[in-house]
Amino acid sequence: MRDNDPRYAQSTKEALIGLTIFVLNFVWWFGFGYGMGSGSPANYTYVLGFPSWFFWSCIMGFVVFSVVVWLAVKYFFKEMPLDSEGVKADDD
Amino acid sequence: MTINWQLMLPLIVYLVGVYAIGYYSSAFVAKARATSGKTFLEEFFLGSRDLNGFVLAMTLVATYISASSFIGGPGVAYNQGLGWVFLAMSQMPTGYLTLTLLGKRFAITARKMEALTVVDFLKKRYQNDAVVVLASASVVLFLLSSMTAQWIGAARIFQATGLSYEAGLTIFVLTVLVYVTVGGFRAVALTDALQGCVMLVGTLAIFIGTVVAGGGLSNIIQTMYRTNPDLITPFGVKGYIAVPWVSSFWVLVGLGLAGLPQIAVRAMAYKNSRSMHRAIIIGTPVAGFLMLGMHLVGALARGVVPGIKVGDMVVPTLTVQVLPPWLAGVFLAGPLAAIMSTVDSMLLMVSSSIVKDLYLNYINKRATDRMVSSLSLATTAIVGVIVYLTALKPPSLLVWLNLFALGGLEAAFFWPIILGLYWPKANGAGALASLITGVSTYIVFDRVWNRPFGTHTVVLPLVLALLAFVLVTSLTTKKQLQKL
Repeated sequence: MRDNDPRYAQSTKEALIGLTIFVLNFVWWFGFGYGMGSGSPANYTYVLGFPSWFFWSCIMGFVVFSVVVWLAVKYFFKEMPLDSEGVKADDD
Repeated sequence: MTINWQLMLPLIVYLVGVYAIGYYSSAFVAKARATSGKTFLEEFFLGSRDLNGFVLAMTLVATYISASSFIGGPGVAYNQGLGWVFLAMSQMPTGYLTLTLLGKRFAITARKMEALTVVDFLKKRYQNDAVVVLASASVVLFLLSSMTAQWIGAARIFQATGLSYEAGLTIFVLTVLVYVTVGGFRAVALTDALQGCVMLVGTLAIFIGTVVAGGGLSNIIQTMYRTNPDLITPFGVKGYIAVPWVSSFWVLVGLGLAGLPQIAVRAMAYKNSRSMHRAIIIGTPVAGFLMLGMHLVGALARGVVPGIKVGDMVVPTLTVQVLPPWLAGVFLAGPLAAIMSTVDSMLLMVSSSIVKDLYLNYINKRATDRMVSSLSLATTAIVGVIVYLTALKPPSLLVWLNLFALGGLEAAFFWPIILGLYWPKANGAGALASLITGVSTYIVFDRVWNRPFGTHTVVLPLVLALLAFVLVTSLTTKKQLQKL
């Protein structure tokens, strides 16, 4: 399988975008979770009843990354035909 | 045997819906069957690559979310508190990562190769018989064992309504078998979409019910704090949830899912790039909501209905205590839907491996159209019956294998799929080395070196499988060059 299909460059770019979001998602989760949650629970602050670490890491992480994914797809993902007829350089 | 009809009725309504979808899909299968063997296989095992965005999102999420997210996971969250919800959020990428990572590349390549299954893709990509046989064998063994475990869980849910274990199992298995055999992949995907919606409604209902019963979020969290301050930390009770271990869940249930054949096959089944885009946008909040919602319910339950001893009983107990009876029945349909949408895909995956990847490749290359379609239907039914019999009295080998199913499949398939797509030099010898290294080190590590460097068992075998792949590929490529 050779890499001369013009659609492959865009598909690689999209895969890398997905992977980047995944890494940022992890950093957000880890940063807020352990950054705000590592102290003694006696000193926790609260947002809407939840400990702040949980609110930012899990609840806002869920909201923010749902939006990030939506924006990434809207602005960086391109529509393309998926069938073999979709390209001129048919490599097999 | 007294049956609780208030609980049973919503389940019956739901089952009728599932049968109706099976009936609807059977028309597509019958039509494809009348056309040709190739058309039939593409419809039965891949729904003629016709999934729209909503159905794709739902079938992807619902296939992944199983009994453990509705029963087991919330049970652990009850004992470990918010730390376990924190861990469960590593599953948030389920909704976007597989589709973006395998991406359009997988859909385009599979169409060029006319690949219908993941093993089919590996066969055409690597042209290596050992890879095909080992990959199919892993699918059949690992998925058979996970199916048994899931079916046992489903029978338990019916038990909650007063039915016997055997009767519950029989109703469940019959339903799945009927719609999968008559409707194939299309029925599986459409029922998954229905099941995904049932899960969303169920999760929302029990979440609201729990918060109201506990007198508000703040009140519940403070009760948890007074019970044991550890319950509101990210570390679990007495530091049970260690940092490297919980972080490595991002590999096991985040990244690694792209290597699960029953998940990956969905990335070749969508209609066009627009449906893929929509699926990512819909699937991400759906996956996040279900994971966050159900595990949070389990953790909060500690402050609402304290004193439950068995983790698996947390959600059933909570359901009965915080929801009115008619809504409890609706909720029970949630975990049932989670299980059903997981096993239907596994069932189809196993039969596609047997028929498409093994029988048509190695046993009978010149099977007639008629034989192919009859055999697919028969295999699906027979596999279902075998799992039914094993679920009635589970053999210890299957119980043992089930422990390795998730990580084992990921260790086997992840690199052969990913590198096969994105690394043009990747070859059959490398894929074979990766597959063997991945599965064997996973099973060995699980026995002798659980949590190496504090991580989950799956991480190191994945690293080793990658090394084996790259090493063997570069060694064998050099040899080929020397020969020229």
